[in-house]
Amino acid sequence: MSLNYNNPEFVIERDQDKCIECRVCARQCANEAHFYDEDLERMREEDINCVNCHRCVTLCPTNALVIKEYPLEYKKNSNWTGGMISNIQKQANTGGILLTGMGNPTDKKIYWDHILLNASQVTNPSIDPLREPMELKTILGRKPDKVEFDEEGKVKDLPPQLELETPIMFGAMSFGSISINACKSLAQAANEMGMMYNTGEGGLHEDLYPYKDRTIVQVASGRFGVHQEYLNAGAAIEIKIGQGAKPGIGGHLPGEKVGEEVSKTRMIPKGTDAISPAPHHDIYSIEDLRQLIYALKEATNYEKPVSVKIAAVHNVAAIASGIASAGADIIAIDGYRGGTGAAPTMIRDNVGIPIELALAAVDSRLREQSLRNKVSLVVSGSIRNSADIVKAVALGADAVYVASAALIALGCHMCQKCYTGKCNWGIATQNPELVKRLNPEIGVERVKNLIEGWSHEIKEILGGMGINALESLRGNRLMLRGIDLTEKELEILGIKHAGE
Amino acid sequence: MKKVYAREEYCLGCKLCEVYCVTNHSQSKDIIKAYKLEEVTSRIIVETKGAVSFALQCRHCEGSPCVKACITGAMQKDEETGIVDYDEDKCVGCWTCIMACPFGAVKRDEFGNKVISKCDLCAEEGEPACVENCPNAALIFEDREVEEVC
Ligand code: SF4
Ligand code: SF4
Repeated sequence: MSLNYNNPEFVIERDQDKCIECRVCARQCANEAHFYDEDLERMREEDINCVNCHRCVTLCPTNALVIKEYPLEYKKNSNWTGGMISNIQKQANTGGILLTGMGNPTDKKIYWDHILLNASQVTNPSIDPLREPMELKTILGRKPDKVEFDEEGKVKDLPPQLELETPIMFGAMSFGSISINACKSLAQAANEMGMMYNTGEGGLHEDLYPYKDRTIVQVASGRFGVHQEYLNAGAAIEIKIGQGAKPGIGGHLPGEKVGEEVSKTRMIPKGTDAISPAPHHDIYSIEDLRQLIYALKEATNYEKPVSVKIAAVHNVAAIASGIASAGADIIAIDGYRGGTGAAPTMIRDNVGIPIELALAAVDSRLREQSLRNKVSLVVSGSIRNSADIVKAVALGADAVYVASAALIALGCHMCQKCYTGKCNWGIATQNPELVKRLNPEIGVERVKNLIEGWSHEIKEILGGMGINALESLRGNRLMLRGIDLTEKELEILGIKHAGE
Repeated sequence: MKKVYAREEYCLGCKLCEVYCVTNHSQSKDIIKAYKLEEVTSRIIVETKGAVSFALQCRHCEGSPCVKACITGAMQKDEETGIVDYDEDKCVGCWTCIMACPFGAVKRDEFGNKVISKCDLCAEEGEPACVENCPNAALIFEDREVEEVC
């Protein structure tokens, strides 16, 4: 087609007084937004290629670069915004589905920000976590209805459990959607911090076998890389039914990303598209799910907890109660802000419900039905900081999955272009030139620092509440108050309004 | 002795090591002035081919063919530190050392001056500037207790 009606999204501003023409920016930009003009003898830019990933800005040794939103304004219109118009232009150009990466960025209400935490004053003392022991240990898995001990003093008939040093795990991201260096960084950090990481549906790369005690292996609709050894390699198994960023939608890893290693790990031919169907073709009911859960338990000798991951959708509470009855040990619920390597924009931004509401509804439903001890609840999508985690635990979660935050620690700048395979930070890419930009030695340290910082903060917040073990906060919604919320929202969250 | 080792699996080929080498060997020690007002040649060379890149600099090897080849005595190996360095005032730009170096680690001055340029391990400072500023820890400065003998 002749003319591209789309304007650049960003403008690259280069301070020529500072630029030393070292060309670092040009070498680092996989989108070719910078180039050196031999005739003009200076650096120039191709704004339309810029995705605002900040790679050049971060590496420019003289701070000569600033990226800004393209200042072109459309005639003011609250309905036909610039974004709406440019989406239409893109589709009129290509006839394709609008694709995107990472989580829903729209400005819908973020409930975490409307929930406030409590602290002790006068009537009960707060605790100083630097002086007194503080327990964040979290144990996931089905708990027996009553506790009985055998002769050795061990709990009788205790189903398999997962022990975490902090209530945080790395959410499912497959090798394929992210690079091997990103996988290694997360796996090793999980190992050193006593957490878990999750393989996603990409199978388990050989290099990750050393971390198997800290691995949750996923079984998704594509069943990639699933075999007896894989199932037994991890500490737990997760059946992926859905994902917050694209509930009801399968996955598609384009053939270009299926190189030698991905092909080996996923057990599919090199260069072929890896398609995960939208449903599991053997699961059409809770009974079918039960069969798969027990097939996996059978395959692993009932030694591994089985988790079922679903997207937070309208009737999530009923679905979760079905999953609990079907024999799952853990239910993972992914909210509508959860991230993804690639999803249709319309789905990501319009399907599903907020995790805060889903979590409160599920926890309440499981309690009402006396099922709560039968499963642990893990929530995700999106946990942005330690306060979100504390709020999630008080709303009823046992632990959280963090994924986007971990990638940000590795260098991600949220440009949302994961689906292009050109991640300049070496994270969402399989291009060897880009993958090596992420040195796992540095990655491990950065991710560990993040988790350490968050764990300290959680202890501080708990101490402030006068609580010395996270266990005492689980489902303790009295520690929460709402602000700027309607009666209905408060009712669903099961919390009082501030001032009450 | 402590030397700079490249880990090509992590080298981005960004050439920031060259930028910081230039800056550290400038009069001003200021990155913008070093590039805009001075004529400084980087003593580290980043080799790139396709996805492979690594930074190369003098190996300060035992036997030092460049020292033997030097016609004016400008190139010397310090007995104590093991560092091979040259005296700019004595160098006449005959390029004999460039031909003698088996690693290709000696360069001509890039601004047309009749003088060579090579790594001095930033002898006065602790860690060489290239190592300190590599964004991906692709360069390490350590004593591997093996001498490269030429
Ligand atoms: S990285 Fe910075 S100084 Fe180097 S060429 Fe690009 S803008 Fe100029
Ligand atoms: S600074 Fe580091 S990553 Fe960049 S070219 Fe030099 S050695 Fe390679």
